[in-house]
Amino acid sequence: MPLLDVRDLKVVFQRKGAEPFTAVDGVGFAVEPGQTVGLVGESGCGKSVTSLAIMGLLPRRGNRVTGEVLFEDTDLLRLRPQDLRDRRGRDIGMIFQDPLSSLNPVIPLGLQVAEVLERHQGKTRQAALRQARELLDAVGIPDPARRLREFPHQLSGGMRQRALIAIALACKPRLLIADEPTTALDVTIQAQILALLKDLVDRSGTALVMITHDLGVVAGLCDTVNVLYAGKVVERAVRHDLFADPRHPYTHGLLRSVPRLDADRGGRLHQIRGSVSDNIPWPDGCAFAPRCDRVIDDCIGATVPLTPTRRRDGALRCTNPVPLEVPA
Amino acid sequence: MVRVVLRRLSQLGVTLIALMTLIFFWLRSLPGGPVDALLGERATPQTRETLTRALGYDQPIWVQYGRFLRNVVTGDFGNSIRTGEPVADVISRAFPATVELALAAIVIAVGLGIPLGYLAARHHGRLLDNATIVVTLVGISVPIFFLGYLLKDWLTQGTHLFPPSGRISTGVENTGVTGFFVLDGLLTREWDASADALWHLILPAVTLATIPLAIIVRITRAGVLDVLDEDYVRTADAKGLRNATIRKRHVLRNALLPVVTTIGLQTGTLLAGAVLTEKVYNWGGLGTLITDSISGSRDYPVLQALILLAAVVFIVVNLLVDLSYAVIDPRVRVR
Ligand SMILES: Nc1ncnc2c1ncn2[C@@H]1O[C@H](COP(=O)(O)OP(=O)(O)OP(=O)(O)O)[C@@H](O)[C@H]1O
Ligand code: SF4
Ligand SMILES: [Mg+2]
Repeated sequence: MPLLDVRDLKVVFQRKGAEPFTAVDGVGFAVEPGQTVGLVGESGCGKSVTSLAIMGLLPRRGNRVTGEVLFEDTDLLRLRPQDLRDRRGRDIGMIFQDPLSSLNPVIPLGLQVAEVLERHQGKTRQAALRQARELLDAVGIPDPARRLREFPHQLSGGMRQRALIAIALACKPRLLIADEPTTALDVTIQAQILALLKDLVDRSGTALVMITHDLGVVAGLCDTVNVLYAGKVVERAVRHDLFADPRHPYTHGLLRSVPRLDADRGGRLHQIRGSVSDNIPWPDGCAFAPRCDRVIDDCIGATVPLTPTRRRDGALRCTNPVPLEVPA
Repeated sequence: MVRVVLRRLSQLGVTLIALMTLIFFWLRSLPGGPVDALLGERATPQTRETLTRALGYDQPIWVQYGRFLRNVVTGDFGNSIRTGEPVADVISRAFPATVELALAAIVIAVGLGIPLGYLAARHHGRLLDNATIVVTLVGISVPIFFLGYLLKDWLTQGTHLFPPSGRISTGVENTGVTGFFVLDGLLTREWDASADALWHLILPAVTLATIPLAIIVRITRAGVLDVLDEDYVRTADAKGLRNATIRKRHVLRNALLPVVTTIGLQTGTLLAGAVLTEKVYNWGGLGTLITDSISGSRDYPVLQALILLAAVVFIVVNLLVDLSYAVIDPRVRVR
């Protein structure tokens, strides 16, 4: 049984005086205990909104969330707000993109770690701070006793993200959601943070939902990958299958637009033409069609469903997929 | 922290000397002078000259200026031209009255302003919030004079709910200790004097508090709304913290930063408002003193000291604001 089972998740933003906007359009995926699942897609495809909807962290007003978010058979979308509060930080931890703005500038780091332990484990301030020191130590922050008393602006970017990881993992949650945790960091620091995350989830058996637009992150970390486009899952595959044989033209394009060391020198990097914001003149049909090289009539006329493929855990939303490469 | 205070104090010294110079020459450049004002137009040249010499106005202006600076440094501001008393006495009699009034107004403005602003933010976009925006706009725009007389009219003349003027009723015994009548009553256990003084204080304080109150409500509301959108509040939510903890620990403290700045910026408005308020309620503080010192005779020594005092208050308040800012926000603390 999956630990997290997201089914037909839909988020519609409704602003006064504006057209309703469907940011997440029937997303579904599952995460087994201890598994690392990737959500990949370009900016604006709905990755963050999906994760916030799972956590119940979307703004209280101005949106409608439907579908199911089953966490060990409990539908988080139907929990009372105070019951969901009991689970956030305890059963599910979350890390955000910008470590500086995600920490409170006027509160010492120690308390920001300790407060989650006080809340969920009923620890006293003193005991919580003692454990906070161990947690900071465990995520590789040097001189943790001193850092406890410091404020976020006194830490480097990588250190801040380590602190946020310590906070998210403090109560040993069974699921961690990381929303582009390395995007705001230097490249060298990115690698360290990813290695740390991988190490921590491997050792503790925590399941991880890794949100990223970076296929390199996926390649290094994820067991299964969901590719999102315009609020929908367009392809799902285990990591090896996805990289070896991308079937959806969008995934295919994404992979070909990644620079590779072994590519021909002077060979041009592939680009997907257009951008997500291209208007889609047809109500149903494939949202990628305006940018797709393989578009056929069927892509536009009717809804293209997400159908399982014959590969393990595979699924695909495409009427004219890239053919499987046949080994010569 | 200590270094900041020291630096600020030395800035204070420089500012004051510059200000004194400015005041000294400015007052003397005005047409008409204290001698004319004291003696009237029909005085003989003889009398006129005697008085000019007695007051030292016959000396070259640089000598006057030097003597004046020396006196200021030694705390001697001379005698009031109007009453002949030492300026220090005149001012120290009026000073506590104004401070008491201003403090009461600040307590009202901050004590009500922050909770109301917070409440409005929690009801963002709903009736209470919209009502707050309208009411505070009225509060900011209503002239103090008008509001003062209006309250006085309603609540003292017809209904006798509050005393119309003064700081204490005649016949109520109060022993002066600090010059703050409400506090004095508590210190000397003259409870009825304290209560009576408080009774007199309420209307003037409310009048003076209106504008800063309205401003603080608005700033708090805006601050809370801004902070609620911050990433760290979302992080706090992701930790599953209780709402009360999030509000107290994560929202309010950050939202108060602009409020603290505002309080400092309001000092000038408050001083100006005090002059008007004291006029309406015949309060007998610095505001009354300023009016008297300008309108009758041109009481240079008192005026000089008053302007200096205003500057000191201004600078000290802003120093306190900076210090409390540093207490709230570690980013501005100097290491
Ligand atoms: N509160 C909101 N109100 C209205 N629209 C929103 C809101 N939050 C997000 N959106 C819209 O939903 C869409 C998906 O946004 P989301 O933040 O999930 O993208 P993303 O995939 O995380 O992109 P990025 O890589 O830039 O983080 C965007 O078009 C965004 O403008
Ligand atoms: S459904 Fe058609 S348009 Fe869409 S990706 Fe597949 S081939 Fe391209
Ligand atoms: Mg995002």
